[in-house]
Amino acid sequence: MAHILSQSATTHLPKDAAWRGRLTLLIVVGALLYPSLVATQFKPWQLFDAQSSQSTMQFIAHFLPPKFTAEFLIELLKSAWITVAIATCGMCFALFTSVPLTLFVSSRFSISRLGRAKMATLPFCVRQLLRWLLVALRSIPELVFALLLVRIFGLGPTAGVVAIALSYSGMLAKVYAEIIESSDEHASHTLMKNGSSRLQAFLYGTLPQCSYELLSYTIYRWECAIRSASIMGMIGAGGLGQQLDAALKMLEGGEVATILIVFMLLVGLADAASSAFRKWLN
Amino acid sequence: MRSTAIALENVSVSFAASSQHDVLRHINLKISPQEQVAIIGSSGAGKTTLLETLAMARQPSKGVYALNNQQPWQLSSAARHELRASIFLVPQIPPLPPRQRVVTTVLAGKLPRWSFWQALSSLIYPTQSPVAFAALSAFDMQDKLYARVDRLSGGERQRVSLARLVASDANIMLVDEPLSALDPTLAASVLSAIQREASVRSATLICSLHQVELARLHFPRLVGVRDGSILFDLPQAAVTDELIKQLYANQYITPMATARDARIPQSGLLPLQEGNVC
Repeated sequence: MAHILSQSATTHLPKDAAWRGRLTLLIVVGALLYPSLVATQFKPWQLFDAQSSQSTMQFIAHFLPPKFTAEFLIELLKSAWITVAIATCGMCFALFTSVPLTLFVSSRFSISRLGRAKMATLPFCVRQLLRWLLVALRSIPELVFALLLVRIFGLGPTAGVVAIALSYSGMLAKVYAEIIESSDEHASHTLMKNGSSRLQAFLYGTLPQCSYELLSYTIYRWECAIRSASIMGMIGAGGLGQQLDAALKMLEGGEVATILIVFMLLVGLADAASSAFRKWLN
Repeated sequence: MRSTAIALENVSVSFAASSQHDVLRHINLKISPQEQVAIIGSSGAGKTTLLETLAMARQPSKGVYALNNQQPWQLSSAARHELRASIFLVPQIPPLPPRQRVVTTVLAGKLPRWSFWQALSSLIYPTQSPVAFAALSAFDMQDKLYARVDRLSGGERQRVSLARLVASDANIMLVDEPLSALDPTLAASVLSAIQREASVRSATLICSLHQVELARLHFPRLVGVRDGSILFDLPQAAVTDELIKQLYANQYITPMATARDARIPQSGLLPLQEGNVC
């Protein structure tokens, strides 16, 4: 190859032509970001305003010391259990619907497309319809679902469970489908080309390579579900959120602090569970 | 008259919708049941595409494909998919997903005959592991039954992928360059094992090979593919050295001394023809 290079006319180092494009991109992104900052009235210097920082400090000082009476802790533990239960049940129901939805939506498992450029019309329409259903499911925040469902099921955890199940099935199915579509299709396609069904191709071709990503995303979503369940408590779905709502309304800073600590412990536990699962899989 | 297992009649295959660059052009090929055929030709000649077409993994853009006197591309996609169970294509690159165990990978050859529940329960406990063990034994790989596929060497992966073929119930076996990761001694014994398996179960075997000498030694019929067309389709004895030379003579890749000239755009000469790569 060396003799080819020596033949070329260039004697000095040519300039890198790519940087112009990068600079343009940077300027365009900046130009787009500015109106967003204006729209959100983003004024970070307010952080250093003496008056507002003093009132913030007072609010934070109010949190101290956290309330650690045995009676309150037992009550919190019960509420935490309800919150985790809402999140877990919601996730389980979401899994029941999202796993089949994923397999239907993902074009990876199209048998009519095997050997051809396009899939058949009917499967294409079904896939498209299901995609729209997923968009609809996840575009509505779970809080809005909960507000609606509280009217059906009344105040209590059931509304929270169904709300999480509905909006999370849309989210899970979308991300599952994306994880599957970004994986290597060689193994699953070979199975289908040799006559396996799409579910078998999923089990024997796709799952072995995607299981880690799917599992860790599921556990991360469970963690998010715990947070959602807490928030839903504030609109009457029970659990930690209800405690937090009450404590904030009663201006009980110590109680708020304890509840936040319990939140952190829960998320930390979810994190530990996730890594334990991965180790077990290995 | 002998029946045909697979027949291609004037078949062309193109990757894109426009047929300007047909990867295969006007292929006529008839293969009888239990026949053993080798497909040879240089890289990018269309061997893999030919095998994929025979495996119903690629629809011809023109011409007729017939499997046991049926035309699968005229059937519904479900009916066609059912026919796929009788054909098994081993791709050149072993299709082994990471983290899977060898036993699972090999038993995946049984999937077309299994129900969903059988497939699921075999993931939890592989009841048919004797089948996998026997299939692996054909390639001297039985020690790796419970190993993970991502911890195998390239040659071992290739043999595991072939063991899946043995575990399958297919009666048409299509094998794409099964020896690419094997040393010469192993290559000969693996090829014999594949052929033995095909004749024991009375299956048709079509195998693409880069090892011309092995192909001429082992196969009674050779099909030479060049540039998307069949250059020759002859019994072993009729294949001469001259034909082989013709098959591999390369009009596109110029010798190194002139390769430099090909880099100059205005000459209009490209080392490889576009659309020629499979």
